[in-house]
Amino acid sequence: MRRIVWLLFCREWRLAWRRPGDLLNPLVFFAIVISLFPLAVGPEPSMLRIMAPGVIWVAALLATLLSLDGLFRSDYEDGSLEQWVLSAHPLTLMVLVKVAHHWLVSGLALVILAPLFGLMLALPPQVLPVLCLTLLLGTPVLSLLGAVGAALTVGLKGGGLLLALLIMPLYIPVLILGTGAMDAALQGLPVMGYALWLGCLAVLALSLAPLAIAAGLRIGVSE
Amino acid sequence: MNWSFFHKLGSPKWFYDISGRWLPWFVLATVLLLSVGIVWGLVFAPQDYQQGNSFRIIYIHVPAAFVAQSCYIMLAVAGIITLVWRMKLADVALRCAAPIGAWMTFIALITGAIWGKPTWGTYWVWDARLTSMLILLFLYFGIIALGQAISSRDTAAKATAVLAIVGVVNIPIIKYSVDWWNTLHQPATFKVTAKPAMPIEMWFPLLLTVLGFYALFTVSLLMRMRVETLRREGKTRWAREALEKMS
Repeated sequence: MRRIVWLLFCREWRLAWRRPGDLLNPLVFFAIVISLFPLAVGPEPSMLRIMAPGVIWVAALLATLLSLDGLFRSDYEDGSLEQWVLSAHPLTLMVLVKVAHHWLVSGLALVILAPLFGLMLALPPQVLPVLCLTLLLGTPVLSLLGAVGAALTVGLKGGGLLLALLIMPLYIPVLILGTGAMDAALQGLPVMGYALWLGCLAVLALSLAPLAIAAGLRIGVSE
Repeated sequence: MNWSFFHKLGSPKWFYDISGRWLPWFVLATVLLLSVGIVWGLVFAPQDYQQGNSFRIIYIHVPAAFVAQSCYIMLAVAGIITLVWRMKLADVALRCAAPIGAWMTFIALITGAIWGKPTWGTYWVWDARLTSMLILLFLYFGIIALGQAISSRDTAAKATAVLAIVGVVNIPIIKYSVDWWNTLHQPATFKVTAKPAMPIEMWFPLLLTVLGFYALFTVSLLMRMRVETLRREGKTRWAREALEKMS
């Protein structure tokens, strides 16, 4: 069991690094979306500071969704997904490895990149650790829930827009808790409660989402 | 308990026959409950001491919101039945109920907006319950869109079933997070556990319209399901005979 996890992870890792451009695209998207906001609403630091938590979270959410669109596509097209479904190892574990790898190369990169954009949106430096912490807890939920949508739309043409339509409403709790924590931090209030709730959501998604992803993939493959 | 009725539900022909026999009674119940409830509520119920006559929209707004929320739970139950027992009829119910639920949500939102103008002074506020109804509408849109995007009927059935179940697991989380985020709306009108805050002349017609809306939902669901069953079973003999009898 441990071996198959390790082998799968290495495979994902190699595949991802053969096309490093694909890894970069969501991050560039994240950067551009965030840069659009000061251009649209004006460069006033006091206004940017109020908007910054929301802007960063919405941009992170969209970037995750965009990067998830192709999560299972190539595996579906070349037939390796069928082998996964047929194999003796639990499909839930294999999709969990795949999503974990996806989070490592997209979600974690957003967590590392976010403080930079926080500074550019005039956030005070002392709230940046809170930004990182909430993103660290929230982005795995985004990846896992989004993977459910990606699994359900795996065989469909133009699945990207449909994926956004299906999954965006489910992202709302993460968005509310993430921005809530940031607002509390900006006002000097404790953020532990929000962080614990986000942690709860992460644990819940980690335990339940793989089941839904596996069910979705089985449906997609059987078509 | 005798489960034979449950197994019979797997047969489209049986469903078509039995629903044809039930339908007139549900239509009768809908007409009676809605006409009595609405006339009573709109004409005879006393005015609200604060809101005057504008509160009367409650007799449309609250029932629609009730049905909208229960319908989503029904979708998830139908989804579980589709996935576990592979019952065709559950899938028909899921696909036929989703648009009705979306319309009910839409009615609740629109009447809420119309009600909001005289009482809160604005058509829309980003209040917790309004927002969660809006999100519910988006969840319905997602199910309808997924069902339409997948061409294979069997795959579409299973995929929408999974989505409905994922949605229903998320609904309480969304609900509580939105409640936490902002709250201005009055608390729930009816609670099973507590005595209603309204006088009986006000809440009894409301109870009638709530039941009437459920009956209306049942009628439109049964009618949609009957048409969809005929469309799917169009090649069988009983469906052709039923169609010939109609024309």
